[in-house]
Parts: sequence; structure tokens; C-alpha cells
Amino acid sequence: MAKSSSCACGESLNTLIYDPELCINCGLCSSVCPHGVFTEGDGKAVLSKYEECMECGACQINCPVGAIHVESGVGCAAAMIRAALLRRNEVTCGDAACCGPIK
Amino acid sequence: MKLQMQTALKSKPEIIPTTSRLTGRDKWDHFLARCRYRRMSHIVSPGLYSLGSPGPESQIFVSANYTLSFDALRSSLEGIDCYILVLNTYGINVWCAAGKGTFGTEEVIERIELTELKNLVKNKVLILPQLGAPGVCSQEVERRTGFKVEFGPVRARDIKHYLTNGKATPEMRKVNFDIKDRAILIPVELIGLAPYILVLSILFYFISGFWSALAIAAIGISGAVFFPLLLPFLPTKDFTSKGLVLGVVTSIPFAYQSIAWSDEILTYNAISAIAWILLISPWVAYIALNFTGSTTFTSRTGVRREIFRYIPILAVIFISGLILSVLLGIGSYLGWF
Repeated sequence: MAKSSSCACGESLNTLIYDPELCINCGLCSSVCPHGVFTEGDGKAVLSKYEECMECGACQINCPVGAIHVESGVGCAAAMIRAALLRRNEVTCGDAACCGPIK
Repeated sequence: MKLQMQTALKSKPEIIPTTSRLTGRDKWDHFLARCRYRRMSHIVSPGLYSLGSPGPESQIFVSANYTLSFDALRSSLEGIDCYILVLNTYGINVWCAAGKGTFGTEEVIERIELTELKNLVKNKVLILPQLGAPGVCSQEVERRTGFKVEFGPVRARDIKHYLTNGKATPEMRKVNFDIKDRAILIPVELIGLAPYILVLSILFYFISGFWSALAIAAIGISGAVFFPLLLPFLPTKDFTSKGLVLGVVTSIPFAYQSIAWSDEILTYNAISAIAWILLISPWVAYIALNFTGSTTFTSRTGVRREIFRYIPILAVIFISGLILSVLLGIGSYLGWF
């Protein structure tokens, strides 16, 4: 069920998990993905470029049957480094002054 | 009936007229935004805008209240009578606001209610920019407001093509990061680094001379200008190692001058050349690592992996460079060379 490719070092490239069993072929995932990770197939969406996923989460939030799971996040390097150094929870880039409040 | 409509309109929230034409003032604002000048203040009021003379069946586009986003949309809609629903994203572009949820399901729903859009139009389809999709659950909007959400193309300039075709081509659905997209980020990157470059190069000019001051400037320019421009041409896959390669290239003139233009002894010069490389290259790599956030390519998992993999390496490289420099100083003081 879960597709989890790995890079040479054995770590997972990203957190994308797709369950084709649940797919109803509505086509939304392939239309919202900015990297062509999902493409339309016969009867089911096809996870065609797993490695291109940048975890924006557009497919997950729009999938009507919950067939896609991905841990989406902003991925701001400066915020992640700060969190790692201060041993705090990671905040995204918008916490306060940077990019407006978080909703 | 017509009279009724008009009276009803009067009590409704304001519909703000706009045009598809960008004025000199708009372009000046874009220029300032691209220069990072008061970056949170390039804002349009959230609400409902009318372009041309839209009717009940006219299309409704949704945008962010960042001037660059809103203007990209309206300038692509020349000759189309339509509505534009501007969300409150606090002056942040569609993609970044969607990532944070301000360009989001709740805001779309709330803005539909505040503008009383339902009473104004018969058309029950909203066209959202595709890059807003990470924040907006289309089913939820439809369930709670009756408005169907359609995701248009990534780039506003493809909208007319999208409208004539009735759907976006796979090409319209993909983000690019071509030379123009990368080059336009240079002023923001450079101006962001400028205070550090300025203060540090003055400081280092007095501590260790002209070449150190120049090295600080070289790090900044290399990271903010050459890195974005050369991104696809640098070897290796991830940003930090690409930056490290560029950093080594950046440091070569400094290493070279310490050998060629100095009359000291060979050992000293060779060690000093190595120290230049070790001191300069990790900082270019560090700026490169931070550039990940300016792109639509890197995943959080990927950035985290880069941080944990490379930050220790960069630190070791830089500290080795520092140790070498200190040894050189002590050595020449004690007359080792």
C-alpha cells in the first residue's frame, strides 16, 4: 500500500504515502500538484514522480477520500536551524515578523 | 425587479472597481516589493473587485491581497468582465500564504460571506490559482458555501488560454524556476544580506585587512547573485553541496593571491591559501542552504536532511580554516616560517 522509495543512504525522500485502493479517480491530485507527481490514469490516479514531491500538501487536503497522506510543512531552513540550535519546536517562517500570522 | 436589485446592491458590501491596466505607480510598487522595501506593506484591501462590467454569470477569480499577486491576476484578465475575490493573506503571496493556511479554506468561506457573493452572482464557480491548493480544501468550500472551486493554472498569464480550453494543460500545472524567476529574486536576497556584508566587511577591514573585507563581499555576492543564477548548472543535487562547490570557486582568487602576490615563504602561503578556501566556502554553502526557502522545489524532509547532513560538515570546514589562520598567526609571530 504505502509507497516509500528510498535514496541511496536509506532515508525516505519525502513523507508522501498514496493508497490507490481508496482512489476514486476524481483527478484533483493531478490538477493541484505543481510538480506532476500524480498523473491521471485509467480508473486510478498514478503516482508517477514520487521523488519530485516537495510536500506542499495540496493533494492531501483536496483528496476527497483520504487516499493521500503527506506531512506538509513550510521547510524554512533558517527556522529549522534555529529550532535545532535552541532545542525548541520548529516554527514556520511566518511565526511573527517574517510572513504574517499563521492561521 | 431592476429597482429591487439596485436597492439591494446599495446595502451590500462595497464592490471595488479595478482595471487590468497596470499604472506607473503599480510598477513602482512592484519594483519596491522586489527590492524588499517594506516587504509587509504591498497590500490591497481584501474584498470583492469588479473588472470591466461583470454580470451574474461572470467568472469569479480568487487572489491574495499582495500587490504582486493581485496585479499579476488582473493584468492577465484584459478584456474579460469578471469579479476578483481578494482574500486577506496579510500581504503574502498565494503560495506562501497557502502553505501557512492564510490563503485557506476558512478565509475563502469567510470572504464569500463577508462580500455576500452568493446574492450577487448566479455563477457558482470560483477559479483559484493552483498554487493556492495547499491551503484550500475544495470540497469543504463547496459543502459550506455552495461555490465550486476550480483550480486554474499556476501562472496568471496562462488564464486566457485556460479559459478558452476549459482546462489547464500539464505544462500550465507545473512550476518552473527558470532564469527569469531566479534572477528576480536577486535584489531581495542581496538586500537581505547587505547589512551583514557591510558591517562585517568594515569590521574585517580593520581586523585583518583588505582581502578579508573583500572576501565577505564575495561571499554575499556569490550566495545572493551567482547562486540563484547558476543553480541548475552547478553539479551535485542538493542546494548546500551546490553552494559548497560555488564557495570553493569563489575562494580560488583569494587562495591564488595569497600564493602569487605574496613574498612570504611557500609553506606559509600554501597553508594560507587552504585557509582561505576553508573560511569562505562554507558560508556560501550556508546562504545556498537558506535559498531553499525561496523556491517551490524543496520539501521539508529534504531541507531537514540537508541541515542535519551539512551543518556539522560546514562547521568543521570553517573551524579548520580558523584553526589554520590562528596557527599561521602564531607561527609567523614565533618565526616558524
